Amino acid sequence: MTANEIITSLFVFALAGFLGLEVIRKVPKLLHTPLMALTNALSAISLVGSLVILGENATTYSTILGFVAVVASTINVVGGFLITDKMLRMFRRAPARPATPPAEEVKS
Amino acid sequence: MRTDIVDLAYLVSAVGFGLSLKWMTAVVTARRGILAGEISFAIAIVATLINPAITTTGWFLIAVALALGTMIGIPLGLRVPMTAMPERIALSHAFGALAAGLVGVAHYYLTYHSSGKFETVVLGVEVTLGCLVFTGSLMASGKLHEVLPQRPIVFPGQNFLNFSVLGVAAAIIIVLMFRPDTTWLVPVLVVLGLVFGVLLIIPIGGADMPTVIALLNSYAGLSAAALGFVLNNKLLIVAGALDGTSGLILALIMCRAMNRSFRNVLFGAFGQLDESVAESSEHGQVRSASTDEAAEIMKIARSVVIVPGYGMAVAQAQHKVRELADALEQEGVDVRYAIHPVAGRMPGHMNVLLAEANVPYDKLLDMEEINPEFPQVDVVLVLGANDVVNPAARHAKSSPIYGMPILNVDQAQCVMVVKRSMRAGFAGIENELFYNPKTLMIFGDAKAVVSELALEVSGQLSH
Repeated sequence: MTANEIITSLFVFALAGFLGLEVIRKVPKLLHTPLMALTNALSAISLVGSLVILGENATTYSTILGFVAVVASTINVVGGFLITDKMLRMFRRAPARPATPPAEEVKS
Repeated sequence: MRTDIVDLAYLVSAVGFGLSLKWMTAVVTARRGILAGEISFAIAIVATLINPAITTTGWFLIAVALALGTMIGIPLGLRVPMTAMPERIALSHAFGALAAGLVGVAHYYLTYHSSGKFETVVLGVEVTLGCLVFTGSLMASGKLHEVLPQRPIVFPGQNFLNFSVLGVAAAIIIVLMFRPDTTWLVPVLVVLGLVFGVLLIIPIGGADMPTVIALLNSYAGLSAAALGFVLNNKLLIVAGALDGTSGLILALIMCRAMNRSFRNVLFGAFGQLDESVAESSEHGQVRSASTDEAAEIMKIARSVVIVPGYGMAVAQAQHKVRELADALEQEGVDVRYAIHPVAGRMPGHMNVLLAEANVPYDKLLDMEEINPEFPQVDVVLVLGANDVVNPAARHAKSSPIYGMPILNVDQAQCVMVVKRSMRAGFAGIENELFYNPKTLMIFGDAKAVVSELALEVSGQLSH
């Protein structure tokens, strides 16, 4: 890896980090658990690395490690996306108010 | 040419991940965010698979591994009850970290002949982080599932031991940097990472779990990003950085909500306070009420705010809470929920539980939204929450929770606290709210009390 490549990677890391800080700060507390499940699924993108290691089939040792890694990340991706979706489907707004409105003060 | 196409596909994926998180900032667009994430993922996988280095056996193994992972992943994603969400999330951190750690180790053995110093160091850090998060998350999951004791375990010299393990790991990484062919050190590094993960979680108590889970989330992201540096894969760097910052922000929010520092959470072993503090406070008179008295008061209230805590999750009382709210709304009472940021065992835990019970999310209010309104609230029902409503946090300088932002429920006209007994809360601190003349204690199991209240309010219980 050349110094240039390292610098480029650091650039990407720094900018993505700032993007993350700005975007995630805006996620409401309400959605923090689904957010966690989602980012967890996204971080399983290391699957991309393990697929190559497993597919190259270079040594028995690396193939075994690659196989376990692919299984583990796939569990994470599939489970992570399903669970996030399951949670988000539960979030719903209040229906229109019932016929007898409560004597409630106007919310400031 | 081929690598250009792959890189282009990764770029599209990276943008997709960014959009996915962007759409996560509002409930109405959140599911679109998941779709964006899934599509980006699919693109990345397909792009990776057009790699001529993949052998025929490799293709077969990939297919088997993907199928196996999917088969295990689907039930893990669909069959999990909402109450078990914290341990489930901790478990998936463990899977992700395991994968990252293993890939790092395999990559080391395949490339140590030709890798430079920077790659070796990053790879060393990556392997250590992956292993640490693996055992750390398993421990956290075990504690949350109550397979392991929830109480923090502390022993003399604990921090010294932890830092020694970390120091040895750092020393090994430095040795590997100069002598990459000493491959036998890699398994040692793996073991040290695994041990450190266990040591890190041992002194963490249940109430600190939200911070720690968020922190593990962040570490998992950082290890993915480190892998990206080693493989020179920008998509991994972007996804890892997003995950890393997300976990970090959540952990910071949790720390701020408890008025504590990272250092204090990780090395402080909260809940190990000396008994003298807990015993010394002046006791006042405690007033208790039966469920039918409480129901009568609630029925004539205009506004009721329910404060859920971990106790509601443990008792699985969220559905009964919804029934009570329905009954009260039938009587024309306005019912809302006040959610403290650290209520429960992970960020947003209470919101998910109440959403599961069909509580509309616009009734769930953050601490900042509801606090100014408490003086206008007639009745507050505290359900399985304790330290987050203790007024001592505002004025008692000697209290361990002094300075922690709390829900100012004591400003409401009447406070009802559902509790099993007068036992102190998690932190072992007396709650002066219980001795407030405005407070009525309703003793009993959260679920039983709330379902009785629901029946009383709706008039289905005769006397």
